[in-house]
Amino acid sequence: MAALTPISRKPMSLVLPTVAAAGGFFGLFVGTANGSGPMGVLLGAALVTAMAVVYIHVLKNEPLAKWITIAVMAVIGFVLGGIALMIVGAAAGWFFQWFIHWLYEGRYRARLLPYLTPGQVLWHYGFRVICGAIFVFLITPILVVMPLSFNAEDFFTFTPEMLRLDPEGYSLKHYQDFFSNNEWQRSFKNSLIIAPIATFISVSLGTLAAIGLSQSHVPFRRAIMAILISPMIVPLIISATGMFFFYSDIGNWLEGALGLNKSFVGYIKVVLAHAVLGIPFVIITVTATLVGFDRSLTRAAANMGAGPVTTFFRVQMPLILPGVISGGLFAFITSFDEVVVVLFVGSAGQKTLPWQMFTGLREQISPTILAVATILVAISIALLATVEMLRRRSERLRGMSPT
Amino acid sequence: MTDTTASGGPVLAADGTPLKKSLARALRLQKIRALGLIAPLLIFVLVSFIIPIGSMLTRSVNNDIVADTLPLTVEALQTWDADSGELPDEAVYAAFVSDMVTAIEAKQHTRLGTRLNYEQTGMSSLFRKSGRKIKKLDPTTDGPFKETLIGINKSWGDVETWRVLKTHSVRVTNGYFLNAIDMQRTPEGAQAQPEDKQILITLFQRTLVMSMVITVSCIILGYPVAWILANLPARTANMLMILVLLPFWTSLLVRTSAWKVMLQQQGVINEVLVWIGLVADDARLVMINNQFGTIVAMTHILLPFMILPMYSVMQTIQPTYLRAAKSMGATNWTAFWRVYFPLSVPGIGAGSILVFILAIGYYITPEIVGGTKGVFISNRIAYHISSSLNWGLAAALGTILLAVVLILYWAYDKIVGIDNVKLG
Repeated sequence: MAALTPISRKPMSLVLPTVAAAGGFFGLFVGTANGSGPMGVLLGAALVTAMAVVYIHVLKNEPLAKWITIAVMAVIGFVLGGIALMIVGAAAGWFFQWFIHWLYEGRYRARLLPYLTPGQVLWHYGFRVICGAIFVFLITPILVVMPLSFNAEDFFTFTPEMLRLDPEGYSLKHYQDFFSNNEWQRSFKNSLIIAPIATFISVSLGTLAAIGLSQSHVPFRRAIMAILISPMIVPLIISATGMFFFYSDIGNWLEGALGLNKSFVGYIKVVLAHAVLGIPFVIITVTATLVGFDRSLTRAAANMGAGPVTTFFRVQMPLILPGVISGGLFAFITSFDEVVVVLFVGSAGQKTLPWQMFTGLREQISPTILAVATILVAISIALLATVEMLRRRSERLRGMSPT
Repeated sequence: MTDTTASGGPVLAADGTPLKKSLARALRLQKIRALGLIAPLLIFVLVSFIIPIGSMLTRSVNNDIVADTLPLTVEALQTWDADSGELPDEAVYAAFVSDMVTAIEAKQHTRLGTRLNYEQTGMSSLFRKSGRKIKKLDPTTDGPFKETLIGINKSWGDVETWRVLKTHSVRVTNGYFLNAIDMQRTPEGAQAQPEDKQILITLFQRTLVMSMVITVSCIILGYPVAWILANLPARTANMLMILVLLPFWTSLLVRTSAWKVMLQQQGVINEVLVWIGLVADDARLVMINNQFGTIVAMTHILLPFMILPMYSVMQTIQPTYLRAAKSMGATNWTAFWRVYFPLSVPGIGAGSILVFILAIGYYITPEIVGGTKGVFISNRIAYHISSSLNWGLAAALGTILLAVVLILYWAYDKIVGIDNVKLG
């Protein structure tokens, strides 16, 4: 957005108290960490006010002021507490010089409507700070896990070595444990067996049904939709309870009457249960894609002599593929991430990765869980990126063939 | 075709059949084709999901075990008046011994003991211990049995034992449901459980209250975020959207373990608070294994489910409405409260129901961060399935929970429509 409002320098009577308050707030934390809160507030406020005065009346050169501040603060940080505090100091220095100039030059007004009152401007930025805090709440737990998984100790918290950014404090040993420990490997392999098969079942059946549901005349459409979506709505614990009773009977029957191998039957049970759980996601995404599908294309294909099967694979499928794939990814992550049902339906032979993590969290707590968590976060970032890409592609395709 | 229209008779299709009939046939074919496409999945879901749920419902009232294991006794007990205060006559004892001998051979008597133990403690050991001695009796020759049985264990001379047996001999029982709401089935009808066994109502209340607290905190945290996402320029909004979608896509267990790391006594939050001096080292905050831990972790886990529906509703609200309101003299607050907020209510409704439905049935997170004070009814269901093996009670609890969820689901369908559920 271009600048909306001509900006002007603000009087020192506004700038100084504000930056002093910010400095005091920052100083409060530094102060309490070093023993005395009030001292910290005073020192912080004084330091930042002095900075403001020097910049505005002495230096009068913004880039120069920036580099000097960053350098000085970094050196102070390094003297006080090593590399970690040096980074904190440099960041604080950069922030305060930016804040002072932002206020003094009146840049905070530049992107706002000219007629806003000071109160509205304050609320505008206050609201952004609140939203920022909520975003921090959303993302911090996930970010915290990552560095901790490189912990050289068997702790669930940051060690002093880690805080000093000492290479000694970091190691890959939890990852090694994950890749060498039989139990983790077996559960990982189980997850990799169960999730793709369950996904395949829910995607193939789900896509067919979604195509059926998107036809213009479907009797009992609402009732069918409600039944197909129900695995998503019914709480997992209830699905798990129901499946526990039912599948143990089925399993006994399969083992007894057909003489199938016990572990094979176990896999069948878990795969079927997970396939059902994934179906609503496939139905929802594929029907959403089909809403934008131009029906005259199939008619055109039929017109030119293509049978229904050819039409489906050569015309319809390529166009709805993004929806099918993202539905499949949802189904995959549902199965890959599912604990409750597998806990009830499966037996020890079908222990999946989430199950192993769950027992790990409940019983013997080991930081290997954090290494696994980091790997899973990486996987989910990859999946998220794929879905996002597919969504854009689908929107582009839809733009080309509007209904 | 041209002449038929001219002659004024029924309009005919190309093959000579009346057009109406031909169209009806085409429509029928289309319907059959659509159903044919849906059928495989529908059957799959019905068999592997709806039937299991149904079987759970029947299990919550099913009580065949007493009548199946002790058929003669149950029949003999029909004539005995449980309120008379007198022991049943010799016929009942004889029937009981002959039933028990059959049951012991099939090793069913301990299961029956376990079942009756849910109703009265001590029954399990009574059946197990007496079983060993009854095994040696011969139902045809060793009578009379009344004295013998009372000799084996004096509980058989207690009217209460027989009253329990008679009360729970019906094939379809409301006993599990009564247990689920802290009552019990007695000869005198439904009665409250003794005080020390009343935990389930409390647990239901706690589940509801905590789900509400979680829903409300999701609204409070989700509303500003949804608002800013809907009002920022598209590029920035898409970038920030990643911050919402990443937790949404991250494994539930990753997020739960992350909260365990954050909230522990030696965890990240406590360490930071101690380091900056807000909390003394010996007075670290207890934030895990209680209700606080469950609420924080579940709010974080369910927040994306609140933000996404709110966002999709707020995207459709024209920003010009607010400007129009302000140009007509509304203050910021009035413009928001009288114009924007009512338009965003559907989003709040959709998100709240979704979050509430998800929260009410949560199991994993309360189990890990909830301790004993922060667990939900679902943890109790899991306990009865895997530890106490009181499956009838688990099924009854599940049925009640399912009923609550289905009512909410119905409300969701009325407010939002199932077809309008969007993901990502």
